[in-house]
Amino acid sequence: MAQTPSQTVGPFFAYALAPRQYGYPLPQLAGSTLCGETAAGERIWLAGRVFDGAGAPIDDALIELWQADAEGRYRAAPGAPGDNARDPDFTGFGRCGTGTDPQQRFAFRTVKPGAPDAASAPHLSLVVFMRGLLSHLYTRVYFDDEAAANARDAVLAQVPADRRDTLIARRAASPEGPVYRFDIHMQGDRETVFFDV
Amino acid sequence: MPDDAFAPRDWDSHPPLIAPDYKSTRLRGPTQPLLRVGQGPGERSGPRFDAGQLDPLQADLTRNGRVNGEPLGERIVLTGRVVDERGHPVPGTLVEIWQANAAGRYVHTGDRHDAPLDPNFTGAGHAVTDGDGRYTFRSVKPGAYPWGNHHNAWRPNHIHVSVLGPALATRLVTQMYFPGDPLLEHDPIFLATPAAARPRLIAEFSLDVTEPGIALGYVFDIVLRGGHATPGEG
Repeated sequence: MAQTPSQTVGPFFAYALAPRQYGYPLPQLAGSTLCGETAAGERIWLAGRVFDGAGAPIDDALIELWQADAEGRYRAAPGAPGDNARDPDFTGFGRCGTGTDPQQRFAFRTVKPGAPDAASAPHLSLVVFMRGLLSHLYTRVYFDDEAAANARDAVLAQVPADRRDTLIARRAASPEGPVYRFDIHMQGDRETVFFDV
Repeated sequence: MPDDAFAPRDWDSHPPLIAPDYKSTRLRGPTQPLLRVGQGPGERSGPRFDAGQLDPLQADLTRNGRVNGEPLGERIVLTGRVVDERGHPVPGTLVEIWQANAAGRYVHTGDRHDAPLDPNFTGAGHAVTDGDGRYTFRSVKPGAYPWGNHHNAWRPNHIHVSVLGPALATRLVTQMYFPGDPLLEHDPIFLATPAAARPRLIAEFSLDVTEPGIALGYVFDIVLRGGHATPGEG
């Protein structure tokens, strides 16, 4: 059987996919905070903007984040094998739109992930949706303070050296704690590497 | 590639990332080819939502937004199965939908179309597939609406559909259209899809699903990437 084609998420997804963030009184299944009070690991922010080919920030993108917990474990289905190993106060999944911040930023509150296996550096998986994007895109966020792990990451090794930088988030201090900054460029000299995974 | 990797996205089925007739793609679709890399544990796993976590009311869009009465419009039942490319059901996966109301207006505050909001209709819902991969929603048929892509541009009647599937690799967001819609042949979003794959975006009217005296029935099956080989299959 052949795959159902993708279509754009369009401009009006917010009340369905991120209603609380956008102020709609509708049930929200995933938001921009991935960790509860007791989740293990370092609390971090991931924040950035999404730029179009003219360099303008995009205010109707939706970013989904999927990641391992601080020990490098991905959350399995409830009751599935491996489920006991996960951090119970960490969902691993978040959504954030770029339409509520005055500067069109997305911002996730999460924990810094551990490396999931020997061939991988700690990283976050992002899925990018927006009006004008007919099929969602996959990319990864690596951390600039994990240089040794990044150097042995099997996926980063397949990225042309002159484009690897588009996948590296920069750590900065802020009053709310450490922030990793990660902008996404849809086109241009700094076009983000997107994966066909 | 690990044994539990998913089949790749079939780009003969999906629209290109830049389709110039759909103007917004020109500055938003990446220009570099997507980099083909193997799937890591993060692509072979994914978020899950159990039916027990969800309110079953959210599968009935004729009820979940009621304030002082029923939403206006032609009531529909929308059902289908989520399966993989082998035809195996994808049970227990989250399906989310959103749509315009019967007048072609979204609840979204950014929708400036001069058509009435319906105080009893939000147009958003979600459900989890059953053991056979089946989902079922009740709603009203969405109206067509104008948009700014080109002169006299109108979107065909459609419902947005989001499916998680078993892993991040199987994520899919699409739009479901209605059979016989004369706007389809003028819609650059629908037409961006490879011609052979377009029929897969159109629901089928079903008298079997139609509820006598209540609601017209439509069937929209969704095929996700891959599926793991099981022993004995070639």
